[in-house]
Amino acid sequence: MIRDQETLTALLDTLSRFVRERLVPAEPLVAETDEIPAEIVAEMRELGLFGLCIPEEFGGLGLTMEEEVLVAFEIARTSPAFRSLIGTNNGIGSQGLIVDGTPEQKAYYLPKLASGELIASFALTEPGSGSDAASLRTTARRDGDHYILNGTKRFITNAPEAGVYTVMARTNPEDKGAGGVTAFIVEKGTPGLSLGKIDKKMGQKGAHTSDVILEDCRVPAANIIGGKEGVGFKTAMKVLDKGRLHIAAICVGAAERMLDDALSYAMERRQFGKPIAEFQLIQAMLADSKAEIYAARSMILDAARRRDKGEKISTEASCCKLFASEMCGRVADRAVQIHGGAGYVSEYAIERFYRDVRLFRIYEGTTQIQQLVIARNMIRDAQG
Amino acid sequence: MKILVPVKRVVDYNVKVRVKADGTGVDIANVKMSMNPFDEIAVEEAVRLKEAGIATEVVAVSCGVAACQETIRAAMAIGADRGILVESDAELQPLAVAKLLKALCDKEQPTVVICGKQAIDDDSNQTGQMLAALMGWPQATFASKVLLADAGGQMRATVMREIDGGLETLEIKLPAVITTDLRLNEPRYATLPNIMKAKKKPLDTVKPADLGVDVAPRLATLKVAEPPKRSAGVRVADVAQLVDKLKNEAKVI
Repeated sequence: MIRDQETLTALLDTLSRFVRERLVPAEPLVAETDEIPAEIVAEMRELGLFGLCIPEEFGGLGLTMEEEVLVAFEIARTSPAFRSLIGTNNGIGSQGLIVDGTPEQKAYYLPKLASGELIASFALTEPGSGSDAASLRTTARRDGDHYILNGTKRFITNAPEAGVYTVMARTNPEDKGAGGVTAFIVEKGTPGLSLGKIDKKMGQKGAHTSDVILEDCRVPAANIIGGKEGVGFKTAMKVLDKGRLHIAAICVGAAERMLDDALSYAMERRQFGKPIAEFQLIQAMLADSKAEIYAARSMILDAARRRDKGEKISTEASCCKLFASEMCGRVADRAVQIHGGAGYVSEYAIERFYRDVRLFRIYEGTTQIQQLVIARNMIRDAQG
Repeated sequence: MKILVPVKRVVDYNVKVRVKADGTGVDIANVKMSMNPFDEIAVEEAVRLKEAGIATEVVAVSCGVAACQETIRAAMAIGADRGILVESDAELQPLAVAKLLKALCDKEQPTVVICGKQAIDDDSNQTGQMLAALMGWPQATFASKVLLADAGGQMRATVMREIDGGLETLEIKLPAVITTDLRLNEPRYATLPNIMKAKKKPLDTVKPADLGVDVAPRLATLKVAEPPKRSAGVRVADVAQLVDKLKNEAKVI
């Protein structure tokens, strides 16, 4: 936790310089090889990027929500693959432990996650359950002081890189909803845990997802997060708003980068004897993008500050995720349009960003799920 | 061994500076300021010497307005142990800074002063040399490699310098002043946890008067102007025409 303008500025400046000098030049290589070079991963570790949201007592920075979104604005100004690598340790991979972990679990795992020595992965989604997460079918059957896990998890971010997985599994077959679900810490190398092939995604090359397969995977009962059955899913839901604000902030950073690229292109590219930026139809696209980015940035900062004050911001977080991700999609589309033919070839970064940002409208709750959350909250609040 | 590293707050190297309309200087209102890049190399070198167990303490010093403490904190985030701000709102020219640094050297008794060879704002390239002269210490400027070693009870520095046409190696007795060139090292990115720790490190503030130094400028700036705009080039037909133009139009050969 910083809460000191001078230190915060120094931190954001350093980060912005690192992004500009180290990450942006590596973008084409990451896209081509589908891998972040090991020395860049080492630098990201060194810099402290894996522990942004882990409390200071466990070696992290313990950023407030406001600080976290400011950091996210900066780090998103490059390929989302870099953010994705640190995303799980700072988000869903560690938050369950931070909120509900036993003292032993925290002391053992959090320092390793903060330093990036260990990468955490969060395994909730399944082939048959996505938006309807609570209907998951992976089972955990008690066997002495162990549980036997069976099931398949799908699209699991950082699964190939992870050293530890938070696996959501149903411990109570009678309870088909959220209450029957428990969160387990499963370490890499546990017999019965295996990975599927790395998914071939539309974009975000360098960020990996795959299936996580559990076949009679024996996990000690001590590995239940918080030590109690039936709290896992509820924990995940508690930190949803944080993840949504984070992704919304990522959308803003990416949109700012795309708009910068489009503006430089428009000021350089000449047609009919002048830079295309001087044409009003191009200007309209630039201006609409700028205004929408500013709106998203403002609402995210507002929601983040209110969350830091302890307000309930479930509705606001969904509004931010909904608006920012859709805005990012519109900016990507306009940026390609401004680039014209150049925007359709891979020589310019915008072709890659256009594919990369498509995911923002889908993960961390689709746009449609956010609409439902917002409207349901509205109706519930109106009913008193 | 104590190392003193002077660091200057300058307009960030990414900023395109604008000359003020009245020609009195460069507009720095609302412009991003950072540590002079050569000074960053100096801090990095000092911190590496500490990490190698050769130096025991690295003290960062900055002379200028109160905001220079941000520059000192940046040095601390890289690894300097403590900082001293010589606070002054006056325009500080190289001689004034060298005198302030002399006063601090008298007080702090460092074994080495490592500073940037020049600042990217005024490009004076004078402060290190003036400080060495005022102290009566040896100097090794434009260092591209620095080795410190104890030679029979006398600490010495072996410094490689980039000069026209090659490399020169000097050996000097310590205490001394070393100024850094671009290729001495590649400064690290301060880690985020270290940026946070830097705010807890000690930073003292003194005034030029406390050090008994008169910082009044000795030089007056008459005018600051933008460089002339680059004019369009021409395509020449052959080598003969090129030579002719270079000789008779550009008059450079």
